[in-house]
Amino acid sequence: MPEVEVRLTQVYKAFGGDATGRRVAKYTDPNEAGLIVAVDHIDLEVQDGEFFSLLGPSGCGKTTTLRMIGGFEQPTSGKIELAGQDVTWLPPYKRNVNTVFQNYALFPHLTIFDNVAFGLRRRQVPEAEVRQRVSEMLTLVELPGYERRKPGQISGGQAQRVALARALVNKPAVLLLDEPLGALDLKLRKQMQLELKRIQQEVGITFIYVTHDQEEAMTMSDRIAVMNRGHYEQLGDPETLYERPATAYVAGFLGVSNLLPATLGTRDGDYVAATLADGATVRVPSSVVEGKSDIRIGVRPEKIRLSKEGAVIPDRMNRLEGRVVDASYLGASTSYVIESKSGERLTVFEQNVERTSHGSLHRPGEDVLLAWSPDHTFAVGTDRAAPTQASTTA
Amino acid sequence: MALLRSRRAIPYLLMAPGLLWLLLFFVIPNVQMLVFSLSEGTLRTGFTTPPDVWDIENYTGSISKFSGNFSNSIVYGGLATILCFLIGYPLAYAIAFKGGRWKNLLLFLVIAPFFTSFLIRTISWKIILGNDGPVLAIARDVLHLVPANFSIIGSPLAVVGGLTYQFLPFMVLPLYVSIEKVDRRLIEAAQDLYAGPWRRGGMIAGALFGAFALIALQVGLGYGAFIGEDAAPAAVAAAALVGALVGGLVGAFLISQSFIRVTFPLSLPGVFAASILTFIPAIGDYVNPQLLGSPKTQMVGNVIQGRFLDQNDYPIAAALAFLLMAGILLAIFLYAKLLGTEELTGGTA
Repeated sequence: MPEVEVRLTQVYKAFGGDATGRRVAKYTDPNEAGLIVAVDHIDLEVQDGEFFSLLGPSGCGKTTTLRMIGGFEQPTSGKIELAGQDVTWLPPYKRNVNTVFQNYALFPHLTIFDNVAFGLRRRQVPEAEVRQRVSEMLTLVELPGYERRKPGQISGGQAQRVALARALVNKPAVLLLDEPLGALDLKLRKQMQLELKRIQQEVGITFIYVTHDQEEAMTMSDRIAVMNRGHYEQLGDPETLYERPATAYVAGFLGVSNLLPATLGTRDGDYVAATLADGATVRVPSSVVEGKSDIRIGVRPEKIRLSKEGAVIPDRMNRLEGRVVDASYLGASTSYVIESKSGERLTVFEQNVERTSHGSLHRPGEDVLLAWSPDHTFAVGTDRAAPTQASTTA
Repeated sequence: MALLRSRRAIPYLLMAPGLLWLLLFFVIPNVQMLVFSLSEGTLRTGFTTPPDVWDIENYTGSISKFSGNFSNSIVYGGLATILCFLIGYPLAYAIAFKGGRWKNLLLFLVIAPFFTSFLIRTISWKIILGNDGPVLAIARDVLHLVPANFSIIGSPLAVVGGLTYQFLPFMVLPLYVSIEKVDRRLIEAAQDLYAGPWRRGGMIAGALFGAFALIALQVGLGYGAFIGEDAAPAAVAAAALVGALVGGLVGAFLISQSFIRVTFPLSLPGVFAASILTFIPAIGDYVNPQLLGSPKTQMVGNVIQGRFLDQNDYPIAAALAFLLMAGILLAIFLYAKLLGTEELTGGTA
């Protein structure tokens, strides 16, 4: 059983009314006038050696949460523990935590070597050991031979590695990363994602990673907390979050999802019957609707099979009738927009393996049957609105 | 083609008024001065100029004859620059980091004295520090800190104090600009990397500065002369002790490692610019020593002024002016070598 490395208990952070221009969530506390809430009573446990991500749009409180763990902000109330020790009120320099800052924050007046050695020297590590540990760390991030350069003389990707080395060389209990790849171009970002994961596995240090990029979080994380308006909506491994989102917000933030209002019916073994707006009945795993009454059922676009009207579909599949509204060719797949009889629009991705030479398999205006496995069906409550897609790709 | 050619001429046209100004009021007068500095005679007797005579004696003779004034200039100008720095850096730092929405008002207050004439402000100090002024009224008559025959006006400290006051804005503004530019995230990064309070170092640095400042104050006031030779060493020791205690406490609690390792090094280009901007006018000043000093505290500027305007001895005055200019240029050159600014700002690839 891995130990809990970081524990947040009912952590709440509100900024005063003059917080304009600060990086905080822009909604006010319903209970206390004039306060702007950044983090709203979060409970969180991060395990030792875990790659943990805080994922959410800008203003959701993820950076403030990270800054409180790092000691740059103090919570208004609540408690933060590191390896069992209460650090809520300790300044950053007394915490066994290091940070990789968003824009690297390398010291421009110091060489790469002195940048990486900074933390060790502040802790009075003997100079011979400093030299050895710095050169080991520069080898780990694949930058040996850069010791004498200044931060102004290296590229963005290299600066990123130096920032990582500067933090990791101190062997912190937890490494905090605040959107560290945000300033890099797409190709370099993909490469650094894999490298970060490799380094994390090599050093075995707990990483807490803040990002607004769902793909980045999914690629690297062991667990993700999807944040919205100061708290997290769901916490789990990437697969659970994608396959079984608990809220419409999570379903919309991680990939594309189709959500349909439904009325729950009778239970039948492991499944519960649900009636859709057009009268069709689908089956939903009973585990995903437990405790929910007013629901929308959801299915991911790539889980749906399209067939011509009148095709035979096995009884165990969920089915829905619809008409193709739009078809867009995306290379590897085709994206269809289908309108159901009750007027809901669904997105369907179909791999282009069966594609004919004269265009899409299904044409706009054509009536089609949608089929998907009941096991691929999830359910979300109707209490929260789904975020707009635009916020996921900022 | 004609358009292209005229466009290329635009930068030169823009520079023309400035260049013309410099030619008329800087280059020509300086050539004139150079000629005077090698000439013989006075305004009354008329001048014998090069190439008829090359009077190097004007230079060599002046150095030895006015060495006291030169050393006064260097010591007072240097001390005023150091004092300006000690006062100005904390001030600029506070405005840049803690000023908040009062920043602009505070900066305005720093330059507000400029709205009054330089001369009027110096004369005001003469009154404030004078034998019938409020400072001595309190220190002498109320607190009995100093003997009855004690006076501030006429002491080297009064001159240095006046210079410090006059040129403080020249120190504060460039410092403010460079401190303001320091990226706050770098300070957070330093704290993240275990840069905490700078207890021991801050205590030592603060104690040294404090002791130095109080000893300088005593010596500068010529306090020893008033209380007698025997008591002087004890007074100096007491001043050193008090200064070290106060400075040590301030240093230990106010100076952090992130300041010493990050903020201060990154503001060094500003320190360089500010100290030059302060030192150059301070070393050449003649108003403060004349109004606040005594015959013993005259600086080179006073001698130049006297030779030019009272004695009409243009050759010696011009030679002194050139000597001062050469000295300042040499000092700046050495200072730039010592504090090479490119190294400090990280340079560019």
